Amino acid sequence: MTERVSIEKKVLSENDQLASAIRADLAKRKIFAINLVSSPGSGKTSLIEKTIGALGKELKIAVVAGDVQTENDANRIIKAGGKLVRPIVTGGACHLDAKMVGKALEQIELDNVDLLIIENVGNLVCPASYDLGEAMKVVIMSTTEGDDKPLKYPAMYRRSSVAIINKIDLLGTSDFDLTAARGNASKINGDLKFFEMSTRSGTGLEAWYGWLRESVSNLKK
Amino acid sequence: MHELSIADNIINAVKEASQSRGMLAVSKIGVRIGSLSSVDPDALTFGFDVLKRDQGMMDCELAIEFVKTTARCTKCLYEFKVEDCVFVCPQCASSQCDLVSGQELEIAYFEGE
Repeated sequence: MTERVSIEKKVLSENDQLASAIRADLAKRKIFAINLVSSPGSGKTSLIEKTIGALGKELKIAVVAGDVQTENDANRIIKAGGKLVRPIVTGGACHLDAKMVGKALEQIELDNVDLLIIENVGNLVCPASYDLGEAMKVVIMSTTEGDDKPLKYPAMYRRSSVAIINKIDLLGTSDFDLTAARGNASKINGDLKFFEMSTRSGTGLEAWYGWLRESVSNLKK
Repeated sequence: MHELSIADNIINAVKEASQSRGMLAVSKIGVRIGSLSSVDPDALTFGFDVLKRDQGMMDCELAIEFVKTTARCTKCLYEFKVEDCVFVCPQCASSQCDLVSGQELEIAYFEGE
């Protein structure tokens, strides 16, 4: 006789458990962790390079850099002065999961680290589903993309706490409408904190650095 | 396209749960997929059908319940269906809204004997 068994189990419960363990460990060590997400080419690696260049002396920064193939991003970050950098080559997978991040973190000396930046795979779909144990997701869009990106990828914008609009030095050279972009993102998530910047020209980066400093020091209180 | 690994997670979880109950065959698995879960039901079904053959679940059907996104306004407490992912309260126009449903990615039940 056919029997129905109710199990009510989250499909990604295993990932969520690992992520919770990572979050607890990072909290114990008082490390502020962000999960950087965007489409390919929005400026995740450039932002990390700049951040390490500007804050690397006052904050101890660790980076986990995910890519589908190659360790190019990790190498760029090391070249920019990153000392605690681990690449994750997913070998085809379109997102990082908590298991991959946990393994990478085991290979980083986390003592006295202030800030952990997890650079996710460039993809606005799948990374939304995977908790990595971060304090928050930071989503980047750039002015060379459509200003309707938030409407096309709502799950990512809904789950992010901070939205960065990058490449503002190129405003006016494309049809990107800054007000529309912010409006679209706010419709999906009214709590988003915005930063407008150009990692290339440096415009707007001070506000970002200031926010990182503050977030790190809030954790130490 | 992470639906294949999601399908693999579903099959493994049900296999474990059904075997621990002494079930010999699973004929149906019920899952709930929220519209904000970033999972495409068609791609999930495709992945499930590919994987089930090697997992001894050849005759198992995947029943997907698609859950629409709903939210509750934190200001006036109005609960509403979210259309086109716009999280703005239709009653008071506040954008401070808590998600009520839409992120589900859950196995609800399985059937077998």
